[in-house]
Amino acid sequence: MSDPSMVKLAVPGTQPEYHFPPYASSIARSPRMPLVLLPETLTEKTGPVFGHGFLRERDNDLTAQHAGDPIGERILVHGRVLDEDGRPVRGALVEVWQANASGRYQHKVDTHDAPIDPHFTGAGRTLTDEHGHYWFKTVKPGSYPWGNHYNAWRPAHIHFSLFGAGILSRLITQMYFPGDPLQPLDPIFNSIPDATARERLVSRLDMDRSEPNYMLAYAWDVVLRGTTDTPFEERHR
Amino acid sequence: MSGYASITAGSQTVGPYFRIGLEYLLERTPALTLDTPGTIEITGRVLDRDGAPVPDAMLEFWSPAKSEETVVFPAGFRRVPTDGDGKFSVVVLRPTTVPLDDKRVQAPHMLVLVFARGLMRHLISRVYFSDEPANEGDPVLMSISEERRATLIAHPDQGQANLYKWNVVLQGTGETVFFAW
Repeated sequence: MSDPSMVKLAVPGTQPEYHFPPYASSIARSPRMPLVLLPETLTEKTGPVFGHGFLRERDNDLTAQHAGDPIGERILVHGRVLDEDGRPVRGALVEVWQANASGRYQHKVDTHDAPIDPHFTGAGRTLTDEHGHYWFKTVKPGSYPWGNHYNAWRPAHIHFSLFGAGILSRLITQMYFPGDPLQPLDPIFNSIPDATARERLVSRLDMDRSEPNYMLAYAWDVVLRGTTDTPFEERHR
Repeated sequence: MSGYASITAGSQTVGPYFRIGLEYLLERTPALTLDTPGTIEITGRVLDRDGAPVPDAMLEFWSPAKSEETVVFPAGFRRVPTDGDGKFSVVVLRPTTVPLDDKRVQAPHMLVLVFARGLMRHLISRVYFSDEPANEGDPVLMSISEERRATLIAHPDQGQANLYKWNVVLQGTGETVFFAW
């Protein structure tokens, strides 16, 4: 059943290892046995598809989900979801969550001594359009401390969850901001060995989409894995 | 560097706060209960190397199930977080056999994606059901050693035909089989 030569594995260095000791939580939670390679079957070639009725109108405007405006630097985050051949992924469900401008999550286990913003939940979702495009209006998240090691601070980031075509395209990742000096110190960012692949998680300042006297914009494209479309039998010749 | 145009984005952990962003889908998931014909409930726990519960994991179950329901929400998909004891419980449509090729079918199973703080990438497993005769001829199951195969099989719970128990062990004794494609 397992035939490594027929499996389309990730380009070396572009995905993190499960066991990555600088990220302390990975030590007791990552498998030690090798993953078992399988061919793609109908189970993997298919995946969930979500309809527009699933969303509410302001789900991709995180600044408009409460009675008042959230504190912080208002930004647009936008980009395209693409497959490995550069084709747009249409109708992809994109879910995001983030800390507020002071670096605090609206979550009971976050005990960081920074203020909760009553006008900011930090969650959003959208479906990509016919060009694979998505956008979110939000505030720039703050950095925050965490317990991984002494004086550990996360660089500013927005969590992204994406569904593409086929369940194997499923991806949860984090988008970072350009020029953040905490990135080189962050074990989560650095879990991706290849420097170019790492930089792919960093958005770019996009002055073309910024609105004068209103908000800055950041652009970030995401490439998802596609399916191989290779019938099972052919993979075993 | 041209090859990099097509590399897939690197995975990053869901971290401890994913419920902020991922709970909405749970709230909008159409209610599925054991009163609905053709449903089963899978319960279990997610455990770490030390047998300690993983209270901040999330599982996603997938099978290419057919249903009339799917215009807004896909019938074969369910997301479920673990609770403070690492427990999860999910009601799904009982999966049927899945074609493999012209000649063979796969035993009924669901794909299970495992996300948690500590997992930089999600893990993917499959859950099968011990009372399915088709298991004996399933090429995936039979390709795995008997000892490890057991980690992929859910067993009837409390003697009820629609209740199954299945644990996910991330590391160590009884480590669940995880797959790659």
